[in-house]
Amino acid sequence: MSDKKMRMQLQCPMPKLDFDVITLGHGSGGVLTNKLLDSGVFDLLSNPILDERHDGAIFQLEGKLAFSTDSFLVSPIFFPGGNIGELAVNGTVNDIAMCGAIPKYLSLSFIIEEGLKVSEFWDILVAIKGACEEADVHVVTGDTKVVEKGKGDKIFINTSGVGSLHPKAQISSKNIKAGDKIIVSGNIASHGMAIMSVREGLEFDSEILSDTINLNHTIERLLEAFGEHIHLLTDPTRGGIATVLKETAQSINLGIDMAQRDLPIDNQVSSACELLGLDPIYVANEGLFIAFVDASIADDFLETLKKDENGANAKIIGTVTEEHPKQVIMESAIGGKRVVSMLPGEQLPRIC
Amino acid sequence: MSEYRDPELAKKYLEEIKKTVSQPWSIMEVCGGQTHSLVKNGIIDMLPNEVTMIHGPGCPVCVTPLNIIDKAIHLALEENVILCSFGDMLRVPGSKKNLLEAKAEGADIRILYSPLEAVRIAEDNPDKEVVFFAVGFETTAPANALSVIHAHRKELKNYSILASHVLVPPAIKAVIDDEESKIDGFLAAGHVCTIMGNAEYHPLSAKYKVPIVVTGFEPLDVLQGILMVLRQLEESKAQVENQYSRIVKEEGNPDAQKMIHTVFEIKNQIWRGIGEIPESGYQVRAEYADFDAKRKFQIEIPEAPENPDCISGQIMKGLKKPFECSQFGKKCKPTNPLGAPMVSSEGACAAYYHFSGLVEA
Repeated sequence: MSDKKMRMQLQCPMPKLDFDVITLGHGSGGVLTNKLLDSGVFDLLSNPILDERHDGAIFQLEGKLAFSTDSFLVSPIFFPGGNIGELAVNGTVNDIAMCGAIPKYLSLSFIIEEGLKVSEFWDILVAIKGACEEADVHVVTGDTKVVEKGKGDKIFINTSGVGSLHPKAQISSKNIKAGDKIIVSGNIASHGMAIMSVREGLEFDSEILSDTINLNHTIERLLEAFGEHIHLLTDPTRGGIATVLKETAQSINLGIDMAQRDLPIDNQVSSACELLGLDPIYVANEGLFIAFVDASIADDFLETLKKDENGANAKIIGTVTEEHPKQVIMESAIGGKRVVSMLPGEQLPRIC
Repeated sequence: MSEYRDPELAKKYLEEIKKTVSQPWSIMEVCGGQTHSLVKNGIIDMLPNEVTMIHGPGCPVCVTPLNIIDKAIHLALEENVILCSFGDMLRVPGSKKNLLEAKAEGADIRILYSPLEAVRIAEDNPDKEVVFFAVGFETTAPANALSVIHAHRKELKNYSILASHVLVPPAIKAVIDDEESKIDGFLAAGHVCTIMGNAEYHPLSAKYKVPIVVTGFEPLDVLQGILMVLRQLEESKAQVENQYSRIVKEEGNPDAQKMIHTVFEIKNQIWRGIGEIPESGYQVRAEYADFDAKRKFQIEIPEAPENPDCISGQIMKGLKKPFECSQFGKKCKPTNPLGAPMVSSEGACAAYYHFSGLVEA
């Protein structure tokens, strides 16, 4: 656990409760619900809007807004590098940032399977609090439901988020043109392989950590410096960088050229992928983004990003081209070419 | 491993290959992993026109008989059965559905990397039957055999394997014997030979006068293997050579072989899309009948016909290329495979579909 996270845990000790697992009663809206929420959610995440405890949150936001939602089902809920709590905050914070907006307020919904240990729920809440503070966002409304054993998978979380567009942001795939450079902000495939390493039946020894982190401050700085030269921002979560690049190529009706040797990847992650027969370009990422930027500022963009704490391993990985529209062509390690296509479903580990 | 992917060395091999060929040659790479490597690294397009690579039946997922898949699905849907399987079996079409769809219907199906993990699951779930879907070439047979040996030692009553093992040398023989096939040389499957050694290939090479080079999977391995076959062909030689010598010993792995022979015996085997090849499969020996899911569960499932549009047999024998199939990329895609070679990442059809852009994905 990082120092920051450990400090967070120490600053937020779990309150004394007379129950240690969550039951159906906690979701029914009565006394038990209030007990759980009062000692947990509201205290920990307190802010003036949330403290109103109204059916909805009333707030002021200026200008054009970005709005996003995401549900989090990761299993296991605790994994190397984090837990589902911070994933739920960072995921939506980053989606708002990818729109070129400054995330400000979140909604937070839990669907809890009865039997979840309160201590685990508390750890998730503490992680949510920590992630909100890092990202400078506030949870202003939420919901908690409990379902019978077997009808959930420990806990599902949904977060929606809203934020105002940065005045210099002009994010749209329509702005992408041939010649644009494609930049990835760091090492690929870390999150997916961190999860794999603790999945039942596939466990392997590793020090791979999930890369979940909030990227909004980094994005804000880049928008400030490069404004309308940033044509598209996107975060390659499920399906990896390949899926996002392929989807973009299809939607803009242009081609993408890239080379395998340009992809930044941690050695352990790369070895783990080899071991399990997984192609890292299809493995999920969390604290990573891809930027399509005007060629004229690409080098400056990269230099600026590399000085950022979330961009040390950033690299230019591709170019948008008029050739082979809708296709992503990758040059292999030995110089041959292959087409990068969509995965039909979940990437399945190899047999031999 | 990056030394086996060095672009400068690759260039040198390709130049050497170009210098060596003086006439057209057809080489079959037996193993699906080699097909995968050829297409993924773009090697096929980098080879000179005189060299035609023919993709062999070395994809165990692809050749698992339809009836066994149906049996696995039937078992998985039983109330108290946990079916454990390698990941890429899950999307292979049975006659009505695949294992992934069975999972969505409530079957307890677990993806594992090792059958020993399935033994552990059997120990942890004494009131359930645990069946491991033991598919593969000779490569995966030792681990599958070991799982039975372990279960036997632990006196487990609830563990068995549903075995569908296929052997490479009889497949090579069947391919050469087929009148329609015109294959001049072979890249033998490196990982199979790691287990079984090279002994069975010498008589094949001598009888049919074909060079057989035991080859690995990295791009430089495959290029070197191709070069070694071409050199033999140009010099009218027909021998067994070992390109993958850093891993493969002539005698293979005797301990692994012992494990295989303890639990398995050779039998005739049906290869999906190809038909029956004599003495080309393994079955569990009678002494271990309690661990043989076929005997234990006595599942009666009628043989179902294959999809008539699927020409996987011809593709796996190297008689047709995937893009020569009328359904390739149309009715038959990875999201809706008509046959197994479109499902497994090592199947020729899937490899072409994913990597060579012959069809708009």
